[in-house]
Amino acid sequence: MQNSRLPNQEIADILVSHQSMPGNLLPILHAIQDSIGYIPQDSVPEIARALNQSVAEIHGVISFYHYFRQTPPGKNTIRLCRAESCQAMNGKSLEKYAQKQLKIDWHETTSDGEFSLEPFYCLGNCACSPALSVNKDVYGRVTPERFDEIVASYRGVVE
Amino acid sequence: MIKVYISRDSTALSLGSNQVAEVLQQTALDEGVDIELIRNGSRGLFWLEPLIEVQTDSGRVAYGPVQISDISSLIAAGIFSGKEQHPLYLGDIEQLPYFKNQNRLTFARVGVTDPVSLDDYLAHDGYKGLQKALDLVPKDIVQEVTDSGLRGRGGAAFPTGIKWNTVLNVSAEQKYIVCNADEGDSGTFSDRMIMEGDPFVLVEGMTIAGLAVGATQGYIYLRIEYPHAYEALNQAIQTAYQNSFLGDDILGSGKSFHMEVRRGAGAYICGEETALLESLEGKRGLVRFKPPLPAIVGLFGQPTVVNNVISLASVPIILDKGGQYYQDYGTGRSRGSLPLQLAGNIKYAGLFEAAFGMTLRELLYDYGGGSASGRPIRAVQVGGPLGAYMPESQFDTPLDYEAFSAIGAVLGHGGIVVHDDTVDMAEMARYAMEFCVEESCGKCTPCRIGSTRGVEVIERIVQDMQKEKNMNLLRDLCDTMIHGSLCAMGGMTPYPVLSALNYFPEDFGINIDADAA
Repeated sequence: MQNSRLPNQEIADILVSHQSMPGNLLPILHAIQDSIGYIPQDSVPEIARALNQSVAEIHGVISFYHYFRQTPPGKNTIRLCRAESCQAMNGKSLEKYAQKQLKIDWHETTSDGEFSLEPFYCLGNCACSPALSVNKDVYGRVTPERFDEIVASYRGVVE
Repeated sequence: MIKVYISRDSTALSLGSNQVAEVLQQTALDEGVDIELIRNGSRGLFWLEPLIEVQTDSGRVAYGPVQISDISSLIAAGIFSGKEQHPLYLGDIEQLPYFKNQNRLTFARVGVTDPVSLDDYLAHDGYKGLQKALDLVPKDIVQEVTDSGLRGRGGAAFPTGIKWNTVLNVSAEQKYIVCNADEGDSGTFSDRMIMEGDPFVLVEGMTIAGLAVGATQGYIYLRIEYPHAYEALNQAIQTAYQNSFLGDDILGSGKSFHMEVRRGAGAYICGEETALLESLEGKRGLVRFKPPLPAIVGLFGQPTVVNNVISLASVPIILDKGGQYYQDYGTGRSRGSLPLQLAGNIKYAGLFEAAFGMTLRELLYDYGGGSASGRPIRAVQVGGPLGAYMPESQFDTPLDYEAFSAIGAVLGHGGIVVHDDTVDMAEMARYAMEFCVEESCGKCTPCRIGSTRGVEVIERIVQDMQKEKNMNLLRDLCDTMIHGSLCAMGGMTPYPVLSALNYFPEDFGINIDADAA
């Protein structure tokens, strides 16, 4: 996720490589977020220029989609499923437990910068609810004890 | 060389199948046993994952659920020769009733083959459908699909052949095949399992669709929540290109079809087909007015087939074995099979592909084994967050589109979320409205504002504030949302709300007997 190259150069390269792709805005935003972890505010005018759209249009798209973020995430992103299947298996108490343990609310990052917590509506792991994911790893049948183990295993580890 | 299978399916991974695979491989190496480890899809019997299957002379022998700590005892007991002296021994998994009694048409290869191996795909009837399609004129391909009775598996159940025929009959410079892989409904995972466990079948299905309607470009719009499916699909597409199953000259036929995967970005509404098209075009996922239908004015203004993953993945077997073969399964106007997904509070959660017609009760108890908690099942939500909650008195409904809609329920994508008797149905109703607040695209007022008002009104009812007045208001609001919304998001959010209210009024603090007296 982290990249040693300057973000500005990275973004310029992404804009060039996606130039001729039809419907390229989402792929561009994904490429930027994949590469530097979020979509920096000051990249919006650049994207707008490259696509011949207004800054408002680009901002409108970024803010429409829950996945895109404009602030740097923690080193690890925990996504907790809040949908019905997980609710049927004590998902709500897991939500409360996670927030208490991490001492943060939804969309926040722990003070040490290790973890961000995002609500998710279905990870497609409904046969093993409740589910969460850390970065790209999915976990099923998560109990409070298992939550602690999972979190501990990522502490100090960068994706 | 002994062939050993351990799943790479996301759910198996979520239970530690990668760690089991690593330890097994290392232990085999240490013991000097020569194994070939294949990372297959999942059979969908998730209470048995992580599952190890070993190829023996008498078939594939399974062990599960396996934890790392079980591996040394499994090896000592003779797992590599399929010995049965171990508590985790299951025998031939295909003989377990849960598996044996399924009709695996669309899921024929899932859990059996190596998902990204083209050789394995070809050895298990892969690309036979495309071979047949290449010999047919477009009209006849469409006819075969029409004859099969296949209806859209995404939820709306619109006849696939009719949709294709519309696109076939519009002349245009460019047409598109768009696969809706934005499987956002809670309790559904069949699209994910196909894409992770047999990605070639989707590639083949889309290619056939392209030949059928004269489209040369396909897009899979995949939700961001499925990173493993993204990898598997990209691998399959790349392999298909390398072997002339995609490209400008498919298998020397001179026909062309190209495809790529595009990722969504966490907006539930993009599972609605017109919002999905907007998103593919690089815009906010705002729902479009219909008409015009996407079949006539779709992606980039061109005629477009938008089909769900399972619909497209069912096409290869229809072309291979004929429309009649597929249509011989099922009941009434619901033909073929539906991959049902048992989720939530259920003992044997998993995928169960069955011909239409079995009852919900059979599925929940004979196969699902009742609730996971051991408590009575109180409510079941079928068809995702926009589906109605069904009480026990409706469990004898057969699983078919018309039978469900006759009682105001929705079979939809076949996802079934089970709740035991600890569920608070007023809270579930409130949540349904809250989800709509969160995920509404905002284009139409009944959905955008109605959902917010819905949350407030339900909260007032639960807090016993002017109960009767607010009950009437809620029903009135639901009526407005059903009849005034542009798409199913606002139009169907009232389904879970009203069914909760009608079948579980006591959770809203309403005592029917007292009211009647």
